[in-house]
Amino acid sequence: MKTGISVSKGYAVGKAYVLDTEQPASFQTTADNPGVQADRLKRALEKSKEQIEEIAAGIRERLDSRNAEIIESHLNFLKDPAFIGEAFSKIDRESVSAEKAVDDVTQSLYDTFSGFDDDYMKERAADIQDVGTRIIRNLAGEQKEFDFRQLPAGTVLFAHDLKPSDTAQICRDNVCAIVTETGGETSHTAILAKALGIPAMVGCKEILSSVQTGTTVVVDGTAGEILVNPGTDLVNQYLTRIEQEKQQKEKVACFARKKIFTKEGRRILTFANIGGLKDLEIALENGAEGVGLFRTEFLFMDRGTMPTEEEQFRVYKEAAKRLDRKTLTIRTLDIGGDKSLPYLKMEKESNPFLGLRAIRLCLKNPEIFETQLRAILRASVYGNIRVMFPMISCMDEFQRAKSVLDSCKQQLEQKGVPFDSSIKIGMMIEIPSAALLAEKFAKQVDFFSIGTNDLIQYTLAVDRMNERISDLYNPLHPAVLRLIQMTISAALQAGIPCCMCGELASDERAIPLLLQYGLNEFSVSPGVLAEIKSVLLQSVGS
Amino acid sequence: MISQQVKVQNKIGLHARPASMLVTAADKYQSQITIWNGDRSGNAKSMINLLALRVKMNDVITIQADGIDEKEAVAALTELVESKFGEE
Repeated sequence: MKTGISVSKGYAVGKAYVLDTEQPASFQTTADNPGVQADRLKRALEKSKEQIEEIAAGIRERLDSRNAEIIESHLNFLKDPAFIGEAFSKIDRESVSAEKAVDDVTQSLYDTFSGFDDDYMKERAADIQDVGTRIIRNLAGEQKEFDFRQLPAGTVLFAHDLKPSDTAQICRDNVCAIVTETGGETSHTAILAKALGIPAMVGCKEILSSVQTGTTVVVDGTAGEILVNPGTDLVNQYLTRIEQEKQQKEKVACFARKKIFTKEGRRILTFANIGGLKDLEIALENGAEGVGLFRTEFLFMDRGTMPTEEEQFRVYKEAAKRLDRKTLTIRTLDIGGDKSLPYLKMEKESNPFLGLRAIRLCLKNPEIFETQLRAILRASVYGNIRVMFPMISCMDEFQRAKSVLDSCKQQLEQKGVPFDSSIKIGMMIEIPSAALLAEKFAKQVDFFSIGTNDLIQYTLAVDRMNERISDLYNPLHPAVLRLIQMTISAALQAGIPCCMCGELASDERAIPLLLQYGLNEFSVSPGVLAEIKSVLLQSVGS
Repeated sequence: MISQQVKVQNKIGLHARPASMLVTAADKYQSQITIWNGDRSGNAKSMINLLALRVKMNDVITIQADGIDEKEAVAALTELVESKFGEE
């Protein structure tokens, strides 16, 4: 058994293919005419640029822009004054060939970067060398790129070192795992393998001395082990594991694509609750049909200053774009209660959950509120955004929040900044008074979202953090259910959507009841989406 | 010549992606632009120089520009750093 650093988890059983370490082609080092060499270098750079762009386009097609940018960052090297600029002046000064100039500069930069006491920067030496080798090969006139598509299915690729641009061309269809002798966790090879979903291990010292092309191997990227020539029993064990994992994934994928309809033909939507773009990624993988709750607090926490309008705009815009016209419900800042911000002075309260929190705090700090609303409005042209106010307890509060939003719209209009003028405005129903007046609110708002966690604690007067009374925190208390039912009925009557984004939406015991009340939108945490979908499918009897 | 100090607040510091964004932004200006991290300095139009500065989160860097569009250059790059390069 051999060990290494697992950089992309998963299991694989396959036949090894050992990639030859390229021998650098020999080249003439001196040259008479610097002008000729400079022209050769220019042409080789053009060619390299095209090749890198093509590889990046392949990644963009198979993965996404973020991973394509890793390879695209190599384009910057091609016009880097410290790299290519230096090579050109070497040609001029020292009467060397273009190859020699590029090779010297690459070597010197490689040495500099490998010498850094920072793992990440050390890894950049590999990127520089990748680009340097490419240019030199293009200077020789032939850039014979290894064709990874020719590898047979079930190949475990072994290499001393794998260039990032090589990894970018590897496909899951035929390569089931990657093992290299060098490299670390932050190498671009590792990042790309992970993104491609191919189990990968790096830093497996001297592994090439114990495998040959054709050797049967097991790669356990989860435990970080490589088994060379394992017995049939072990192989079978791993094949079973791989099969189980595949089935589990398919199950998720199967539910993820399903659309849910009730017997009466009512469409049930499953949304996700997210705290940022990372959650959104998981949500979309698991088949979220939109976002029912974007908790914007996380943008404001763990930092020393208030996020600017620009910063918030970028995040909201990115989320809206990634959702591709699917609903994105952004809840305005819900701070106070158990959450505080280091840079916002908040007075100590004896009853923080009944104190200055959420919309109350925002209305008292119009600057914070307006900054966020402007960012949301500006992002609204990039997708299907709806804005939601938390902790509304009376009609006046909602009207005041809405008028702040209106004034933000005016500000943007005056400046000629585009926004979705018909953006939907909704409110959380999480205070009993709001649930009791749901009928009145339903005439004023575009949608409801029931926040059960607070609704339960306010209705039952039970602090949900207090362990000594946790037995009294009963989500299925008839009074709670009554308030929920009232809210949903009011929404149905007014013809507005009603969502539930609290814990109860993912409570198996409550789901059939909620469907019966007429709830159409269930918003749950990304991790349980597939499971909740399967429960919903069972409940509607399909 | 003008300069501006700014704190790098994105988690990974000046790694490949942010450095690449900085180079692309710097390339738009004619001014000579230099980034300082402590006593290390580098050309803002060189990805390699920027990486070699080894800028980490919470490092305070100085953006210095010299040329006809120095004001705009410093303002734009400062804003880019302050925006945390679009990281979460």
